[in-house]
Amino acid sequence: MFSNKYIFIYSSVLVIVVAVLLALAATLLKPAQENNVKTEKMQQILQSAGIESPTKETISIYHKYITNELIINIEGEILSDFAQGEFIKGNERAFDLNLKEELRKLSGKTPTPKDVRLPLFVLMNDQKDTLFIIPLIGKGLWGPVWGNIALKSDKNTVAGVTFGHKSETPGLGAEISTPTFQNQFLGKQIFDENGDFTSIKVVKGGVANSSLNPIHGVDAISGGTITSKGVNNMLEICLKNYESFLKTK
Amino acid sequence: MSQSKYNPFSPVNRKLLLGPLNIENPITVQVLGICSALAVTAQMKPAIVMAASVIAVTAISNFVISILRNTIPPRIRIIVELVVIATLVILVDQVLKAYVYDVSKQLSVFVGLIITNCIIMGRLEAFALANKPFPSLLDGIGNGLGYGLVLITVSFFRELLGSGSVLGYKVIPEAFYDFGYRDNGFMILPPMALIIVGVIIWIQRSYVKSLVEKD
Repeated sequence: MFSNKYIFIYSSVLVIVVAVLLALAATLLKPAQENNVKTEKMQQILQSAGIESPTKETISIYHKYITNELIINIEGEILSDFAQGEFIKGNERAFDLNLKEELRKLSGKTPTPKDVRLPLFVLMNDQKDTLFIIPLIGKGLWGPVWGNIALKSDKNTVAGVTFGHKSETPGLGAEISTPTFQNQFLGKQIFDENGDFTSIKVVKGGVANSSLNPIHGVDAISGGTITSKGVNNMLEICLKNYESFLKTK
Repeated sequence: MSQSKYNPFSPVNRKLLLGPLNIENPITVQVLGICSALAVTAQMKPAIVMAASVIAVTAISNFVISILRNTIPPRIRIIVELVVIATLVILVDQVLKAYVYDVSKQLSVFVGLIITNCIIMGRLEAFALANKPFPSLLDGIGNGLGYGLVLITVSFFRELLGSGSVLGYKVIPEAFYDFGYRDNGFMILPPMALIIVGVIIWIQRSYVKSLVEKD
């Protein structure tokens, strides 16, 4: 009763109508969606410094607390400085930097590590303490893990961390995003007494049972070994890049 | 039946809308859509958003397919149905991402999986392909409501007993906790949803005897 020709035309028209509809929706909703992603990123940065921000006020709270957005290179030189809505140096905001792309340059051969640009956020909290917030990106078991680590003004002691993950196992690896795991990092140090970079190790079996100085390590999650290792590597790889900057007092 | 005499709230139409809430309920009677019912009911807010999304998709897809029903070539009807459902689900997903981002993150893949929800495909095949647009719309809303009702009931108990809150607001007073009351962590895990759905089916069948199978 329906000819082949009819079926072909019918399906083509249907697909075109649907395609136009979806393209239209995607274009119209994109600004709102991008805004949500940005807000979430701001919330995570603020959270690592212990500042909670309701979604509606995030942007104003972010601008209130974040004093500078810096882009530095691996030698600790400041390439760009964005403060209170104005560029003091350079013309790129650390907030818009794609950290994943920059870290990829490190593993690549052609561009030298000197080209790697690193974002850094400077925050002034309610107690008038300056905090340095370093964004982190790494690999978990099933997908990416990420986070932010806030260092106190001595550029050594951890003031707070947040971790997020795309699809780690609930109850095991996913525990990295719980306060129980994150609070372990408070007060830990990333440089030892000689001033050498040690990072913070996520220790399988517990820090207490290892030979590590407890000030440089936290307990891994039982049953979440690969995710814990992922966090460990993420901290080491990301923080290492900031070594020169953090050593300059 | 002439158009002027057509009563949109005739007993037949009312049955289409309200039947799925009880004796034709897609979850408790037809046992469809269980997967998402387990996954998104740990808290009430995602459950409500999920229910609203499913209602929108069943209602609109039933309506659209019913309008097209005489033009759809039978050989490609499943494909056409899927295209319509998939389009609606993508639209819903995009809207959620734009306006209720945090809930959309909690629902994650389950919004996308509405496409494979048997309730929707089942209603298109069983009802929309053979009925006029308006009754199809009612049937779609009815089935979406039936699904949503169970989802919200389950999530109410899971959130109340699992986190001590309703819609994110603490309802169990602090004093209870001081006397040693503890939230039941098991409630947050999916198996508990299955048990609650089981209890709902049990209660329903003890009231509606016609649902009990004779053996």
